[in-house]
Amino acid sequence: MDQAHPLLELTGATVRFGADAALRDVSLRLFPGEVHSLMGENGAGKSTLIKAVTGALRMDEGELRLDGERVEFATPHEAQRAGISTVYQEIELLPNLSVAENIFIGRDVGRSGLVSRGEMVARAREVLGGLGLTDVDPRALLGSHSVAVQQLVAIARAVTADVRVLVLDEPTSSLDVDEVAELFRVIRELQSRGVAILFVSHFIEQVYEICDRITVLRDGVLVGEYLTRELLRIDLVHKMLGHDATAHRERENPSADRPEGEVLLSARGLRVGQSLEAADVDLGKGEVLGVAGLLGSGRTSLARALTGVARADAGIIRIEEHAVDLDSPRRAITLGVVYSSENRLRDGIVAELSVLENITLALQAERGALKPIPMDRRRELAQSWVDALDIRPADLDRPAGLLSGGNQQKVLLARLLALSPRLLVLDEPTRGIDVGAKVEVQNLVGELADNGVSVVFISAELEEVMRVGDRVAVLRDGRIVDTLASGELTADALLALVAQPEDEGE
Amino acid sequence: MTATMTRSEGRSEKRTGASVSVQGFFTRHSALMPTFAALAILLLLFAGAEAFLRGDFITPRNISALLLDNAYLLILAVGMTFVIVTGGIDLSVGSVMAFTGILGAKLLAEGMPVAIAIPVILAGGAVIGLIIGVLVQYFNVQPFIASLAGLFLARGLAFVVSLSSIKVEEPAILWLQSTRFSVGGWYITPTGIIALLAVAVAAFVMHLTRMGRTVYAIGGSESSARLMGLKVARTKVMVYVISGFCAGLAGLVLTAYSGAGYPRNGIGTELDAIAAVVIGGTLLTGGRGYVIGSMIGVFVYGTIKTIITFMGAEQSWMQIIVGALLLLFIVVQRAIVARSEGRG
Repeated sequence: MDQAHPLLELTGATVRFGADAALRDVSLRLFPGEVHSLMGENGAGKSTLIKAVTGALRMDEGELRLDGERVEFATPHEAQRAGISTVYQEIELLPNLSVAENIFIGRDVGRSGLVSRGEMVARAREVLGGLGLTDVDPRALLGSHSVAVQQLVAIARAVTADVRVLVLDEPTSSLDVDEVAELFRVIRELQSRGVAILFVSHFIEQVYEICDRITVLRDGVLVGEYLTRELLRIDLVHKMLGHDATAHRERENPSADRPEGEVLLSARGLRVGQSLEAADVDLGKGEVLGVAGLLGSGRTSLARALTGVARADAGIIRIEEHAVDLDSPRRAITLGVVYSSENRLRDGIVAELSVLENITLALQAERGALKPIPMDRRRELAQSWVDALDIRPADLDRPAGLLSGGNQQKVLLARLLALSPRLLVLDEPTRGIDVGAKVEVQNLVGELADNGVSVVFISAELEEVMRVGDRVAVLRDGRIVDTLASGELTADALLALVAQPEDEGE
Repeated sequence: MTATMTRSEGRSEKRTGASVSVQGFFTRHSALMPTFAALAILLLLFAGAEAFLRGDFITPRNISALLLDNAYLLILAVGMTFVIVTGGIDLSVGSVMAFTGILGAKLLAEGMPVAIAIPVILAGGAVIGLIIGVLVQYFNVQPFIASLAGLFLARGLAFVVSLSSIKVEEPAILWLQSTRFSVGGWYITPTGIIALLAVAVAAFVMHLTRMGRTVYAIGGSESSARLMGLKVARTKVMVYVISGFCAGLAGLVLTAYSGAGYPRNGIGTELDAIAAVVIGGTLLTGGRGYVIGSMIGVFVYGTIKTIITFMGAEQSWMQIIVGALLLLFIVVQRAIVARSEGRG
């Protein structure tokens, strides 16, 4: 492959924001028919590089060649016309229009400003069929489809434009196992058509499954380009972090010597709509309960029922042996039960407010608007959390929306921890954040548990659930199928439990 | 537990039993639901009034008058639909209608030929729309504020033109109103034809042209529309120009209807137009709605007005009923949006 000419070649790319260089002299090569991964921690310059390639951002220095010819793009639209399409993590489509329109809007179907619906639907069916998506109705509204299908429609849109380079930015972060498989099938189909694909993902396993070649960035600098099959996973992590991956501190297995009977919360027969049935949960003081399950297995419903965000339709929750009625998050908070949503942008971080305000928000809300916390006290409090959780940059007045995903998650945790909770329910706290920050969040959970806080830790990554949790509850189709000590589990065994279809289970 | 399982099985069976084609239609056209609801309410109003007035309501004369009396509002609602579908709002239309109306009357009174006066007032409306559009798009002013500025500007200009009513003697303008093409007891005036034409042209533009689809795209997600390479800036300015143009046209129609221009015309009419658009099923947050729906909304509005006049009740009931309907529709829309988000 090295002898072939690269389809896209970026050399000496430098991008500066004010005095800081987000990207320094970085090169990237994409060959036709290859899947290439761009790896690096958050803040390594991946997004900047993608933006430079797709015309969303102008490079200060550097040269982009497409098929040997020098090109410059002022807008993403120009890049698209040259054959470079991007599918973003947040699906940038129009939920209020049909699937067919989403594929073709802005493209030339029909003549002279008119839209030909019939032709559009027929061509959409063709395109979707070509990607093996025959069961998607092109006339249905995009918004009526699942996130996974919307993602595939975004790809379908990208490929109709004579695509030569397809950039996929975190395409799998909201997909479940089957949907990822479907996406990979489509990627391979495109690969066989000679499309060069730049695949950006935090999931190392997925990168190893689909990618031929990996380019690693660190702190805006190119670390190197490697063939996937020649690069060990551990070496990849080394290169991304630049030091040994911050070791996950092993906790002395507290579940073994935790005094029996100190139960903080016990729930019996929880039911939430059709998404959760007959769920029993027991949680000791200072225990971490991992929750494993696929998307739609009821894991989020469980979290919401335990924290008063959604009221359980049936079942009893006892906290320290008193039955409680968790009818609102507010009630739950007064009982020391707090919830961190899986969707930190929508239900968590207030992007426009500063880090300081984000951290003190919940505490102030609990005191009530009439008893403002003095500014000095708030600053001091926020500063202590910023230090304790190592939130970077340590600037209290920076709008929280400008922080990286991992640091936003820490701000969110700080807000909840400021309430001195007894039970912390974390729904996918490590989703979409980089490896280093992940480990930090995991370690933090361990520390909290050592200090007597109970934690429910929900994650799509099974290994993480096993590593963090003292015990692991496995959810499948709205039922808790088993709860096991994590010491007795292996990744394969857990995977089997999570994925096992109903009929084999009984 | 066995009991629960059988029950849930029963439920799923029923679901699969439902007609697939009907389901497909509604997933495809879920945005049509509020418009159907508006149509149902219109028919209900007709039926109720007919029963109450013992067959005196649904007469060709009354139905024809419905279009005649509300032609100007229908034209305003058409323009407003464009703006609201992009997620904007245009508060200036009532004032612009008054301004263009009085301007037209004044120009004609001073002897300007109709062939020049009409284009001038239409252009006047469009220019005010253009100013609002440019403010919204290039100066990043909230549509609410930009069009509020347009409201004051146009009202002020109307008073500059004349402080009192100016009668229109021009036969061509009066012809628009007085001519009745009739079949049996039914009739339609040229103003009614203009209004229906506006609806037809707007529906065509909205659904079958790239510009129209871009209007919907902007309402769906402006940033996505931009990333998809659509002409967002141009289209956003254009919807205010269209709305301003429609307000100019409404000024012409209203002048013909009342036989005079009056600078205090149309105070609060922008809110009637917005109400009609919302009752017709257009989402105030943008992205969903139909011009045909707005037409139904105007007819609902007009019918309520007629019924109240027939009953001799206080006009304040008009506002109470329209207010209640608006509330109902906004709740219905929220429910629909919440449902589609839940599914997504």
